[in-house]
Amino acid sequence: MSAALANAAPVADVAVREASLLRLLTCGSVDDGKSTLLGRMLFDSHAVLDDQLEALDRDSRKFGTHGEHLDFALLVDGLSAEREQGITIDVAYRYFSTPKRSFIVADTPGHEQYTRNMATGASTAELAIILVDARKGILPQTRRHSFIVSMVGVRHVVLAVNKMDLVDFDQKTYDDIVAAYTGAVASLGFETIEPIPLCAREGDNIAERSARTPWFRGTPLLEYLEHVSIGEAPDQAKRLHFPVQWVNRPNLDFRGYAGTIATGKVVVGEGVMVLPNQRHSKIARIVTADGDLQTATAGQAVTLTLTDEIDVSRGDVIVHEASIMQARKGMTARLLWMADEPLRVGQSFIIKLGTVEANADVVRLRNAVDIHSFEDRPADVLAMNAIGVIDLNFDKAIAATVYGRDRELGSFILIDRMTNQTVALGTVEADRPKQANDNVRRHAVLRVVGEPGSQQRWKFYTSAGRRAIQAVMLFLVVALLARNGWLASAVTLADLVLRPVADRLAAWGGQVLFADHQPPVVGGHAD
Amino acid sequence: MRGLTHLQRLEAESIHIFREVIATCDNPVLMYSIGKDSAVLLHLAIKAFYPAPLPFPLLHVDTTWKFREMITFRDRRVAELGCKLIVHINEDGLKAGVNPFTSGSRLHTDVMKTQGLKQALDKYKFDAAFGGARRDEEKSRAKERVFSVRSVEHRWDPKNQRPEPWHLFNTRKRPGETFRVFPLSNWTESDVWDYIAQEDIPVVPLYFAKPRPVVERDGTLIMRDDDRMTLRPGETVEMKSVRFRTLGCYPLTGAVESTAGTLAEIIAEMRGSRSSEREGRVIDHDGSASMEQKKQEGYF
Repeated sequence: MSAALANAAPVADVAVREASLLRLLTCGSVDDGKSTLLGRMLFDSHAVLDDQLEALDRDSRKFGTHGEHLDFALLVDGLSAEREQGITIDVAYRYFSTPKRSFIVADTPGHEQYTRNMATGASTAELAIILVDARKGILPQTRRHSFIVSMVGVRHVVLAVNKMDLVDFDQKTYDDIVAAYTGAVASLGFETIEPIPLCAREGDNIAERSARTPWFRGTPLLEYLEHVSIGEAPDQAKRLHFPVQWVNRPNLDFRGYAGTIATGKVVVGEGVMVLPNQRHSKIARIVTADGDLQTATAGQAVTLTLTDEIDVSRGDVIVHEASIMQARKGMTARLLWMADEPLRVGQSFIIKLGTVEANADVVRLRNAVDIHSFEDRPADVLAMNAIGVIDLNFDKAIAATVYGRDRELGSFILIDRMTNQTVALGTVEADRPKQANDNVRRHAVLRVVGEPGSQQRWKFYTSAGRRAIQAVMLFLVVALLARNGWLASAVTLADLVLRPVADRLAAWGGQVLFADHQPPVVGGHAD
Repeated sequence: MRGLTHLQRLEAESIHIFREVIATCDNPVLMYSIGKDSAVLLHLAIKAFYPAPLPFPLLHVDTTWKFREMITFRDRRVAELGCKLIVHINEDGLKAGVNPFTSGSRLHTDVMKTQGLKQALDKYKFDAAFGGARRDEEKSRAKERVFSVRSVEHRWDPKNQRPEPWHLFNTRKRPGETFRVFPLSNWTESDVWDYIAQEDIPVVPLYFAKPRPVVERDGTLIMRDDDRMTLRPGETVEMKSVRFRTLGCYPLTGAVESTAGTLAEIIAEMRGSRSSEREGRVIDHDGSASMEQKKQEGYF
């Protein structure tokens, strides 16, 4: 399309940077020095230019909190309200590169009030720098941010123990904080935790190893970020998930489905299934403006055509024909509530998941997460910035899967129908999470008989009815044959009690004997 | 995903944003300001909808003070691609004689650009306008969402922005509200030039160094593009080899002395540069937070 214009753009061969990209966020409690650290990283990687430094010098004198020193936080706190209050309110995205890597950094607010902005910054990150003030150690906000970071699937953490100058670069203080943090987040399952002692304001252990921490054996921060390797999520689905974003129909001869591949790859000729309606077809073409492709992989934005004329629209998901991902009319999800008014059972929202929108009713609040102990506790409402596990029911079937398997089809937002505000972000959980204190009193019974009107309740009625008829028949047969009412009663009772035990034994025996033939994942989530 | 290069990831993300708008908004428009970012924006839009033609028009809010070469380039490019172009000029401002010299940069920008843009959006009832702004340009841009909701009066409320986790954009709005959508949010100046080189995208020749007539005024080199620019006592027009890092109204756009005549040379020059691209923009110097204020008032 780009016929070079006569006297325009003389185009030369330019070596395009092939450097990899690392997305990270800085988080931690207020005043731990996140913005200062990021400003310092920009400065040390020479991403701050002369005219920006002049402006910084000017601003440092006007707003700065470091006396005569440059206040690096002012490089990143861009809103005037932030500069006046000296805090970060909104997530800011900053960009810098070294010869080895390009970095997109989400600088997120430490104030609890702005947790939603922190979570937003975390959602696309591959690594988190969690800051701790060496004087204060682990604070509630450190734990909250660690939890949110793990909830959105970040698997690599740098524990930046900052303001080491204010504790005289004391090794014991540092070691104690590292031990306390490692213990505190043990249950969150991070793959790596890299502790580094810092003084962001003066640059210790950022670009270069500091002479003031001779006892530190690790790597300076920038060097670590350049080399850390981020693999694919271990449980990520291998097969194709392709949420249809837009139907491209320029004329009667072309009908293509535009979208971004969420997981797996698409190959011309391969069989696919379209969810939620489970119609089957084959990939005819993979269309792009740069020409047709034979195959395309996760992350690529392409347009697919199918060999059959079937009805496909925005919100549908094209999956590999062997995928057993299913459309569902309800799910269990983990949620960060972001609105002022608390979340209550019975409320109704618009859910946006992938490219689909549907009405979603909150039918159950299973529990809230205690941000200090990371344990579940019962709750009646979710206040702003609280995290909980809820059950949602939809007014139509939507294709979704567990977040760990697919970040695009396992994440969603809830929108308030009246204000159009985004009030929650969430991740899809496995269907029946084992919850130790899952609303115990109510559920001991409900778990067996099911919710009123539910399919489980209906199944309970039919199986109880069948059991009753079986018992009556057995009683009659024994009574007639033995002509003994007492014996008939005893046999019937023994059957009622022993039959479930025998069933369990048989099932257990079958599992042990045929373990190799079990599908690796059961339920509606494998693909 | 990991097999893709940095530029491939950025391209796919931008295409995703374009498609999300066409799927959810009624009447989008692409703000075409003729510069390098607009060139990349237009290129990505065409890619996003291929093989369909561009499903929305381009809008150029003309202040009547653009470089003549920009207008020539615009008209030729539009003809080549066969897109629909709407040119809007704030006639009220023109009648009132607003201009960058006597009215000052601030008033000129407000009346001819900000008010002009609002007039055009209202006149054609556009409900989503794509812009080429990038978060690396300026500190308040760094806090901007990809889908930025504007009130019926086109105002931006920086304290009430919708969270945008993952790639989930909340595209719901009330009647009269509009979106400004920024598909290049995560691109840097470097990425833009690398992509222009990779994709062979035509750009205005003013980005390449050439001897041009310039006047040094208040420490900035201004190219005298026509004789509406009158010389102050003591000023002389000199021929210097210059180029531009950003393009806008010629009296408000500073040139840089350079001999970089090819893409490879300007990319090398940019990487070695110690100043930011917006340094050449006169309007940004009204104070550190001036961009935030202009945006609240409805500027792009």
